Amino acid sequence: MSVTTASSAGIYSKAGSLSRERRWAMWTAYASLILAAIIFLAPPVYMFITSLKSSGEIANMQGNPWLVRSPTLENYSALLGNGMFLRFFVNSAIVTVLVVAITMVISVLAAFALARMRFFGSQALATGVFLTYLVPDTLLFIPLYQIVGGLGLLNSIWGLVLVYPTLTVPFCTWIMIGYFASIPKELDEAALIDGASWSQMLLKIFVPVAMPGIIAATIFAFTVSWAAFVYPTAFVTTPDQMPLTIGIVSQLVRADTFAWGQIMAGALLAALPPVVIYAFLMDYYIAGLTAGATKG
Amino acid sequence: MAQVSLRKLVKAYEGNVQAVKGIDLEIADHEFVVLVGPSGCGKSTTLRMIAGLEEITGGDVAIGGTVVNDIPPRDRDIAMVFQNYALYPHMSVFENMAFGLTLRKFPKDEIKRRVDNAARILDIVPLLERKPKALSGGQRQRVAMGRAIVRDPKVFLFDEPLSNLDAKLRVQMRTEIKKVHQTVRTTTVYVTHDQVEAMTLADRVVVMNHGVIEQVGPPQELYHHPATRFVAGFIGSPAMNFIPGRLEGDAHGLRLVLGSGVILPVPPERTARYAPHAARPVLLGIRPEHLTDKKPTDKRNIADFPATPEVIEPMGMETLVHFRIDGHEISARLDPACPVAVGEPITLAADMDQMHIIDPETDKVL
Ligand SMILES: Nc1ncnc2c1ncn2[C@@H]1O[C@H](COP(=O)(O)OP(=O)(O)OP(=O)(O)O)[C@@H](O)[C@H]1O
Ligand SMILES: [Mg+2]
Repeated sequence: MSVTTASSAGIYSKAGSLSRERRWAMWTAYASLILAAIIFLAPPVYMFITSLKSSGEIANMQGNPWLVRSPTLENYSALLGNGMFLRFFVNSAIVTVLVVAITMVISVLAAFALARMRFFGSQALATGVFLTYLVPDTLLFIPLYQIVGGLGLLNSIWGLVLVYPTLTVPFCTWIMIGYFASIPKELDEAALIDGASWSQMLLKIFVPVAMPGIIAATIFAFTVSWAAFVYPTAFVTTPDQMPLTIGIVSQLVRADTFAWGQIMAGALLAALPPVVIYAFLMDYYIAGLTAGATKG
Repeated sequence: MAQVSLRKLVKAYEGNVQAVKGIDLEIADHEFVVLVGPSGCGKSTTLRMIAGLEEITGGDVAIGGTVVNDIPPRDRDIAMVFQNYALYPHMSVFENMAFGLTLRKFPKDEIKRRVDNAARILDIVPLLERKPKALSGGQRQRVAMGRAIVRDPKVFLFDEPLSNLDAKLRVQMRTEIKKVHQTVRTTTVYVTHDQVEAMTLADRVVVMNHGVIEQVGPPQELYHHPATRFVAGFIGSPAMNFIPGRLEGDAHGLRLVLGSGVILPVPPERTARYAPHAARPVLLGIRPEHLTDKKPTDKRNIADFPATPEVIEPMGMETLVHFRIDGHEISARLDPACPVAVGEPITLAADMDQMHIIDPETDKVL
């Protein structure tokens, strides 16, 4: 009898300490999450607030800059009424859609070959693909300028469609290699025996099974391409070929006059497509990230 | 359906590791053959060469009389069931089973007919719309078998299909596999390292060790007439006892003398067989079930075998008794009614008609 009570008391005290530890972990988690949220959300919130102010109110140094006294949509209507802004938007959209498509086709095929077909140098090649990702674009744009110029694609969105994949393909291939490598070998062997060719195996087994990885890679390619700044700055000079990122900066800043309200409104509108896409694909994206984390 | 022939089959991996060292095996049409052996003995490699998943280093594999060495897996008309089932996770059970037929462009109604038929055989009709992750291990195993059955291939290949299941389910699925084979009668090559599975399923068992075949034969034959020490020790559970001793005497009568002075008369029928080995060290092989308590019997050739139990394991329908002779562990299977106690000497009965004598130099059963 005494033994029973002793051991049950032991269990209770243990449970008590467990829940105390758990509560402490919760507090730390919440505190750091809130801190992170404040740090990450402050700039967009400030952008939003500023975009609702008139130029006069922005210039006014009196009062708290985080409050809007007379909210106005004039910045938005000016932007949307300006044909140039829509042009930038369309340019960004064309470039991004094409770059994502090119990237995914190349990196899925490359990753499939590198992960599954053992050929001479496949290991070295897989490492090499990743190493190219480590070369920063701020170094690459000088030699690339020569190449793009030689192809006659300077100052053209087609030049951007050509060079962005150099940023996206290596990383996406690397994500996909990790993902494909986590698919058990028996699955391809079963498919081989069931009568699948390599292409059928890729399209009917690997692509559907690796969907979370593909979505993660797609989001990455989309983000890189939508937010690219260095390459368009270097390769595009006239407004009709500019994507949003440099369009906003170059057209809304006239010498040292900053149209702050419109810049903020434009930047917010430019950030909208990635937000929408993230919201749609978030669940898949997280699944893809964690799957990549456990393997490769 | 077809016969399968392996001729001088060799597999060498990089670094000159010979996993399979020249295997000859003829598997008849409709036959259920089990490859069994310890881990790393080359069972899976052999099976995968039959499937076409592993390149053949030397020799031939023929299915239905055609050498298939250079034919890709999909054109060999085989189906394989893997240890981890390898179900396509994004497809329903129906789609999993239909996949091979769809790729081969079978008409829709034929696919449906075959899948429904296989699902009925395997009792998985209510599961057809589920995804694999919503299935239990045993159900996944059935689906994997269903995927093989619908193809109606020439040969079924199984690589340890039951080793991911718990003990109870394993016994149940074992019976299931046997039933399926009795229904569809497809030639089957089945790999396992579990000798009980091998004995219960096989028409013929192939015992492999270190990349070679030790012995091929029906289960009962391997049990009663093992060819080598390895087979004698591998088949049967608990394993056969091996005790060193000497054959003494001449063509008129032989005795087996164990080191500790135990003397066992050799049955007269076997005298001629063992006579050439008289006065040489040998190994006595006797199964625990042939070393029992003494009871009235009309069997001839029962010898007294003194023992002092060290560990007693009551199993219910029998009692296992472990003791030692000259430091060699020996087990005996006794009637649970027989009174035994640790440390109290007892005389057991050794059935000398069931014993084996092994040449310790060649490890061959004499
Ligand atoms: N890809 C490989 N490269 C080199 N050696 C290998 C390779 N695959 C298997 N081997 C070796 O070949 C031998 C036979 O392997 P195999 O897989 O056929 O064994 P097994 O009998 O199926 O064993 P288990 O019961 O553990 O599955 C082993 O020694 C193994 O280490
Ligand atoms: Mg194996």
